[in-house]
Amino acid sequence: MISEKDIKYIASLARLDLSDEEIKKMTTDMSSVLDYVEELNSVDTSKTSPTLSAVSFSNNFRQDDEKTIKCDQKCRQDLIELAPESEDGFIKVKAILK
Amino acid sequence: MELENLSIRDLNKKLKAKEISSLELTEFYISQIEKKDDDIKAFLSYSFDEAKKQAKKADEVISSSDDISLLCGIPFAVKDNILIKGQKATAASKMLENYNAPYDAFVIEKLKEKNAVFLGKTNMDEFAMGSSTENSAFFCTKNPHDKNKVPGGSSGGSAAAVASSQAVYALGSDTGGSIRQPASFCGVVGLKPTYGAVSRYGLIAMASSLDQIGPLTKTVDDAEIVFDAILGKDKKDATSVAYPEKMAKSGLSEITIGIPKEYFVDEVDPNIKDIVKKQIEELQSAGAKIKEVSLPNTKHALSVYYIIMPAEVSSNMARYDGIKYGYSKQHGQDLSDVYFNSRGEGLGNEVKRRIMLGTYVLSAGYYDAYYKKAQKVRTLIVDDFKKAFEEVDVLATPTSPTVAFGFSEKTKDPLSMYLADIFTVPVNLAGVPAISIPCGSLDGMPVGLQFIAPWFLEKNLFLVGKEYEKLKQN
Repeated sequence: MISEKDIKYIASLARLDLSDEEIKKMTTDMSSVLDYVEELNSVDTSKTSPTLSAVSFSNNFRQDDEKTIKCDQKCRQDLIELAPESEDGFIKVKAILK
Repeated sequence: MELENLSIRDLNKKLKAKEISSLELTEFYISQIEKKDDDIKAFLSYSFDEAKKQAKKADEVISSSDDISLLCGIPFAVKDNILIKGQKATAASKMLENYNAPYDAFVIEKLKEKNAVFLGKTNMDEFAMGSSTENSAFFCTKNPHDKNKVPGGSSGGSAAAVASSQAVYALGSDTGGSIRQPASFCGVVGLKPTYGAVSRYGLIAMASSLDQIGPLTKTVDDAEIVFDAILGKDKKDATSVAYPEKMAKSGLSEITIGIPKEYFVDEVDPNIKDIVKKQIEELQSAGAKIKEVSLPNTKHALSVYYIIMPAEVSSNMARYDGIKYGYSKQHGQDLSDVYFNSRGEGLGNEVKRRIMLGTYVLSAGYYDAYYKKAQKVRTLIVDDFKKAFEEVDVLATPTSPTVAFGFSEKTKDPLSMYLADIFTVPVNLAGVPAISIPCGSLDGMPVGLQFIAPWFLEKNLFLVGKEYEKLKQN
């Protein structure tokens, strides 16, 4: 059984601000899903290896340079403009150190 | 025949014969949207001016060449989690309400090369998380067959748009059934391709080992045409592969259809079971062989899905931080406040629920018990399919255990909503292709028949699907 304290801790890991009401509802909802998936413990997987993806594939490598990335001044500006706060072509963030 | 009932191939003939121009066809579909969408609410945004420009360009191509693409000049709709450069891509979330896509998705690039015409972006569950489109942050879409019922989800807007003839076809995405289930609920065809067949570049990621883009169409032939146009390896998606040429069957008499007994269990509406079984019998009379098979781990698929999917969701959703783009709440003292507040206010309940579940199953002390366990059982589910496909060419199942349900019927209890995906999630876990085809109705609501094929054998789905459609026409 998952507790409200657990939920608050997980929310802090996930960087989610949850209201008291949300925490209550989340506790019930998550408990019911976790109870449901409990049934997997009945499956014998001692000789089974995990599947990460159903289809096999390999990495695509590329040079880490401007030519292959193809993001010119205009493209860079478009991306910066999507940021809520920017200054002199950089994304601006609040203080990191207190 | 009415313009709105014409297939892609028929429209292509008319365009080539200059019986109609792409601009006229596009204006017809715009008028359909203007007539119907206030009521159905399939679209989140329209791009009519852009559509007319594209149509005029398509008309130029048609007038200068005899050899045009089947999709040239044909108007269609796009789920709002697929990026079109310069157009809004909200994924039906407050988080991306004002986000303009800075580039084209791979599938959009492909369709632009073919001079296809984009009518607008369709409604969906927020970030594709849901089975009814009720999780859209903006509004609900109605099922064109009964406006008190949901269209299914998460590609509910795309399904409703095609079902109400507001687009010739639409693109959707399918992580656990999000193309096939709404196709089933709205009475259209929906294809989830083999994982890796279509590039996910420019698809707003939900669960990266499960997501696939696919078409929602009126006919199986239309689905095949769109699929052929969007497949292919893309350098920008390392999980996309060069589509391998496999020997497909050439006629129904060469096909053995497997009936997996685990898909005809008590949880399915008995009337749906009857309807689906009857369709399989009809295919048998037409020459297909039938064989009962067993996929014993099907019963674990939903549990596996509700561990692996949220785990991947929680990782993918970490990018919405209020810093780079999207909803941002700048009040507070430091960077951490921006994260907490932007995510807390910008994301909806279902998205938060899945982030929380995923964070939990990936957290220290629980990783092996949940995530690793689920990945191991996923292997057993994949093995079930491998084994079944040694004996049969395709599997036939109901797409969904029920027909479309009413609004708010399942929103209070998330688990009851999750159960709507019971027959579609195993397919995503295994990465195999599957198609949902309308196969009748129950109390006036469409029922979907799902065919599942081995990896990269979509051709067998199209073969069986087309034969099935022929049977129904006669």
